[in-house]
Amino acid sequence: MTSDTVAAVPTPPGAGIFSTSETPLGTATVPGDLGAPARSVGAPAAADPRHFLGLEGLSRATLLTLLADAAREREWLKLGEPNRRDLAGLTVVLAFIEDSTRTRTSFEIAAQRLGANTVVFASAASSLNKGETLLDTVRLFEAMGAGLVVVRHPSSGAPAWLARQLGSIGVLNAGDGMHEHPTQGLLDLLTLHDAWQGRFEGRRLAIVGDIAHSRVARSAIAGLTTLGCRVTVCGPGTLIPAEVEELGCDVDTTLEDALAGADGVMALRLQRERMETGLLPTIAEYARLWGLTPERVALLAPDGVVLHPGPVNRGVEMAHEVADGPRSRIFDQVANGVAVRCCVLRRCAQALRRPHGFTVSVAAPR
Amino acid sequence: MSESTLTLLRDVTHWRTGERITLAVEDGVVVPAPRRPGAHARVFEGRGAVVAPGLVDLHVHLREPGQAAKESIETGTRAAAAGGFTSIACMPNTDPIVDTPAWVEWVRRRGEAAAHCNVLPIAAVTVGQKGEQLAPLEALARAGAVAFSDDGRPVTSAAMMRRALEYAKPTGLPIVCHEEDPTLKGDGVMHEGFTATRLGLRGIPAAAESVMCRRDADLAELTGGRVHFAHLSTSASFDALRDAKRRGLRVTGETCPHYWVLTDEAVGDYDTHAKMNPPLRSEADRAACIAAIADGTIDCFATDHAPHTADEKARPFTDAPFGIVGLETALALTLTHLVHPGHLSMTRALELWTDAPRYCFGLPPVSVEAGSPADLVIFDPEAEWTVDPEAFHSKGRNTPFAGWRLKGRVLATLLHGTFTHVAAGVHFERPAAAAAAAR
Repeated sequence: MTSDTVAAVPTPPGAGIFSTSETPLGTATVPGDLGAPARSVGAPAAADPRHFLGLEGLSRATLLTLLADAAREREWLKLGEPNRRDLAGLTVVLAFIEDSTRTRTSFEIAAQRLGANTVVFASAASSLNKGETLLDTVRLFEAMGAGLVVVRHPSSGAPAWLARQLGSIGVLNAGDGMHEHPTQGLLDLLTLHDAWQGRFEGRRLAIVGDIAHSRVARSAIAGLTTLGCRVTVCGPGTLIPAEVEELGCDVDTTLEDALAGADGVMALRLQRERMETGLLPTIAEYARLWGLTPERVALLAPDGVVLHPGPVNRGVEMAHEVADGPRSRIFDQVANGVAVRCCVLRRCAQALRRPHGFTVSVAAPR
Repeated sequence: MSESTLTLLRDVTHWRTGERITLAVEDGVVVPAPRRPGAHARVFEGRGAVVAPGLVDLHVHLREPGQAAKESIETGTRAAAAGGFTSIACMPNTDPIVDTPAWVEWVRRRGEAAAHCNVLPIAAVTVGQKGEQLAPLEALARAGAVAFSDDGRPVTSAAMMRRALEYAKPTGLPIVCHEEDPTLKGDGVMHEGFTATRLGLRGIPAAAESVMCRRDADLAELTGGRVHFAHLSTSASFDALRDAKRRGLRVTGETCPHYWVLTDEAVGDYDTHAKMNPPLRSEADRAACIAAIADGTIDCFATDHAPHTADEKARPFTDAPFGIVGLETALALTLTHLVHPGHLSMTRALELWTDAPRYCFGLPPVSVEAGSPADLVIFDPEAEWTVDPEAFHSKGRNTPFAGWRLKGRVLATLLHGTFTHVAAGVHFERPAAAAAAAR
């Protein structure tokens, strides 16, 4: 019967922990192997090449490979040949839970140029705001055999969340809330790659405007800093997010300081909503302090370029003369968008490795 | 096992003196240990395990009435017993809101029926927690409310808070304040700082909490009312509490294990199990939390046990509800992260889970001496275990500590002399039977 006695561990409590004298404060290091298990957060979905969720965390080598691949896609697109059959049999769902004609069209053209089928699923966020319905819908497409889903969602982290929930389908982030817009980031990198003769080290880009709410800015900062380019952000204090320097960029308080000697400037789109929520007094004041004028753009380095994710509010983020001026690369950005999306769709499709049906030609175009 | 059975807790360590003692329990109270126990005595061999008064949690969401998918009074109190708690105060932000004497009575009775621990209902400050009209505070107190709170949200209007403090004064009960300026919080979903910036999530600045702490300390001064700050999380809030005490105000405050263990970095890649309100703060705030505990600024601990369904927590970060469960990890997190690293003595840590919360709510103290009600916890401070949410008694599995290795395990909990929880692998012995077997 003795085996039925209490199985309380016989160790006597350490004398130290009963003493009333408190030891001085230190950092709360945990003795031995106590505490959290080895961290797995972030790794599984982000590292899976089936998905393309963000530029943060991608290595310099991966980014340079993507840029080289995108440049090849662009050469092929320029030839004006008929659509390829590389992704024939692949169904790409374009799930746009936030309206964006430009990005959706760009993805659609890219997918069709590679021979994939596209299905557009657009819905207002209001009818899908809990996420579950989006997941259910994407699962339906998955069951119907779709291979990739391109997601635009107003909620930061939604594509990564979908990627964790889904079994076989690949997820591409086409912009999630205020988090990332990685294909935009990649097309910005490709545009700057051309403008800067392929050299990012020693260059500096100024990003102007609503950094706080901008997924375009976050992707650009992640990509550029990884490639060795310095980034300076500037804008009204209400639109600069907390501790942004820890992303690896500098903060300037005036536009003139940020532009002086920079190799390029990216103006971000200003949403009217910022005035309504009290973050800015008037559009006129914003334009006066933060709008790109020909005089201000002249502060850039001689070969400095002007970028904007579009659509441009002319007279607010920049003057007509700047948007249409010699330094502007805004239309190059749009053209590069299709090439970048071809490259990313191909990369994710190749990683699907499906046992049946759809096979991908792994031969990249010449 | 009838109530009159003598139970011996043999070879247990007294939580204050550190002495090895034998504790006897009969008819729901601690009695002097008999020299020669009868043959029918039930014996719990402590082997040095610590015995202390049952833990008290002033901040639990039992979710009933109305949200039984998240938790019920039955499962929540069972989880409390498993965590070593014998009394828990439950928040009124249910569906409907506990803002009438009838609902206070209902919660109290459901707690008595479940019989896993004492359930102390907290009633709303304002009707429907809307902040517009005072709830019938006097009648709620008479029905058994132990405090008033609009927890889940602040009492936004300073004038309303003033009236509530004035009106509640004759009841002697504290107003438990969820300190958060709603205009500063905005649509924020996590602490405003680098991690929020990196993830593109809207931030809740630390000042959203501390400005309201300052306001309510001043209102405590104006009215002479009793203010208790719920779940403090920021350095400036600890300063506000420290300052209120220096001014001699009737203000107390609690903090929760997650604020001294975790920082906002735990959100990682949109982990909804690290989403709670107030949010996990910066490393500086975490260090300030430990300092405020060590210097006595913090009056007591609480869990803010906030169960949600797996489906709710499986939503994208922005859409998932705030809150984590805490009852079944509270003691182990206290031992692992405060006592074992040497920030706090074991005795002081236990006071912050026992006498201190009782003092904050004006409840009579409980001891382990003869004559005291046998509301007890027995735990092994050295035993290591791994947190497995699937093994929780709570319906909620929403913990950021899944898979964590913790040191300190509850072996048994007694309420009015009856075992409400006995850990797996712990057995009893009857001396008579043992003697018979030996023959």
